[in-house]
Amino acid sequence: MSSMTSTSQPAVEQTNNMRSLPLRHAKNSLMTILMGGALLAVLFPLGLIFVHIVKMGISSISLDFFIHIPQPTGEAGGGMANGMFGSLVLIGMASLMGIPVGIFGAIYLSEYGGSRISTVIRFCADVLSGIPSIITGMVAYSMLVVPMKGFSALAGAFALALIMIPIVLRTTEEQLKMVPTSLREASLALGVPLWRTTLKVTLRSALTGVLTGILLAIARVAGETAPLLFTALGNQFWSSSLTQPIAALPLQIFNFAISPYEDWHRLAWAGALVLVVTMFALSLTARYFGRTGHKN
Amino acid sequence: MNSKVKLDDLNVHFGGTHAVKGVDIDFPANSVTAIIGPSGCGKSTVLRAINRMHDMTPGAQVSGRILLDDTDIYGRGIDPVAIRRKIGMVFQKPNPFPAMSIYDNVIAGYKLNGRTRRDEADEIVESSLQRVALWDEVKDRLKSNAMELSGGQQQRLCIARTIAVRPEVILMDEPASALDPLSTLKIEELIEELKERYTIIIVTHNMQQAARVSDVTAFFYLGELIECGVTKKLFTTPDKKQTEDYITGRFG
Repeated sequence: MSSMTSTSQPAVEQTNNMRSLPLRHAKNSLMTILMGGALLAVLFPLGLIFVHIVKMGISSISLDFFIHIPQPTGEAGGGMANGMFGSLVLIGMASLMGIPVGIFGAIYLSEYGGSRISTVIRFCADVLSGIPSIITGMVAYSMLVVPMKGFSALAGAFALALIMIPIVLRTTEEQLKMVPTSLREASLALGVPLWRTTLKVTLRSALTGVLTGILLAIARVAGETAPLLFTALGNQFWSSSLTQPIAALPLQIFNFAISPYEDWHRLAWAGALVLVVTMFALSLTARYFGRTGHKN
Repeated sequence: MNSKVKLDDLNVHFGGTHAVKGVDIDFPANSVTAIIGPSGCGKSTVLRAINRMHDMTPGAQVSGRILLDDTDIYGRGIDPVAIRRKIGMVFQKPNPFPAMSIYDNVIAGYKLNGRTRRDEADEIVESSLQRVALWDEVKDRLKSNAMELSGGQQQRLCIARTIAVRPEVILMDEPASALDPLSTLKIEELIEELKERYTIIIVTHNMQQAARVSDVTAFFYLGELIECGVTKKLFTTPDKKQTEDYITGRFG
């Protein structure tokens, strides 16, 4: 409409523009302010959490925290070394179980699968990643803890692996799909079998993106508490046995935070700080990998 | 001339689309055959059928026979991987492996298959690059990334990579369409030299190019082979009206 008026009455159109200019400026400023406000609303909770945790936790961070296990109630000092070690064991084992399944599943979806079965698998993976983690814990409990007649690191790692699989699967699949078909064809046309092409050309080209996905999956499960509650259970002492209950940082934070002791509260805050900083570092590393990946 | 590759009633379907319709052609050995025709006439589809690239496309179905010497490459028990070692392919856009050096790109056909001997590899790389006239330009920087080369150099690198695995037939899908005139000229000279050792089948949009490089030309229209004959004759006195209309620019 306005273009029609402008061709027939250019002078009127121009004055209209002139008159509406301040109004348009006002609208523009208003929207800019609204969006700026929304941005702050996003950043504020993160900033609040981070500042609060640093404030509460920093005073209890010391060498002791990293090398000692919790002291018996009433005795001062102690740390969460066993929890950090336990978390590493759990994440390491979960990665060993979850990452290969996720990557091979993604290769199947992207390189081999027919379209119908792929749709089904993709849907299942999306549902799996939406399942509340406490339920994943229950499944691991009934599948491993009950038959093995005891809580164990193995059961905890299994529960975490279940959470990792769909994340690794979907991110890897996306990355593989971004590899241009022309590269696969170049390799196939040289008489390289599909499986070698997939491993040495396709997966290799997508490697940085796949690593990013793995790091994000690790960051996600590093803070998971619910699936560990009745699988790994937690442990006040050193344990590295896979068939025994094992300590984990999030579990220790939970147990210490709800305890009635001031000392333990401080340790819980310190644990929270370590956990948050670790996840921050993982996310940053993932981003770094992601960026260098896209540059190539 | 005895035929190296022979299409016998070749049909290609994509889902419900009949893209290539009952094509019979003989591609003579040690010569260049050009496939020309307007966009969407099925020329690339025919080319890709010859080294079983359609195996990778969901919904694509190839019927009829393609004989390499006397073996049906779609026959039972034939391994497409073995076929692709005999029938190499050069693509429209240069596609060197981006994470590899120039050297590794040339030897990729061996390396990706996990079999290379150092001294042998050096020799293969040098002779392949010599043959595509790229050796003098890159011999001092074989270890640098292949993506640093110009488009024309990349395409010659891709041809070197293809001939390094010693195929018998080379398929070229508009190999010069993404290149500048000078690089195009180099590729065309290269094709001329390569036909002494290989049977070359080239798809091209550029009729002058077909006239310059090929011995035999096949004209496709709407998935059908309209006419196939000695290039000189096809471009001067074609048998079919459609061919004449196309090469004189009346349609397409």
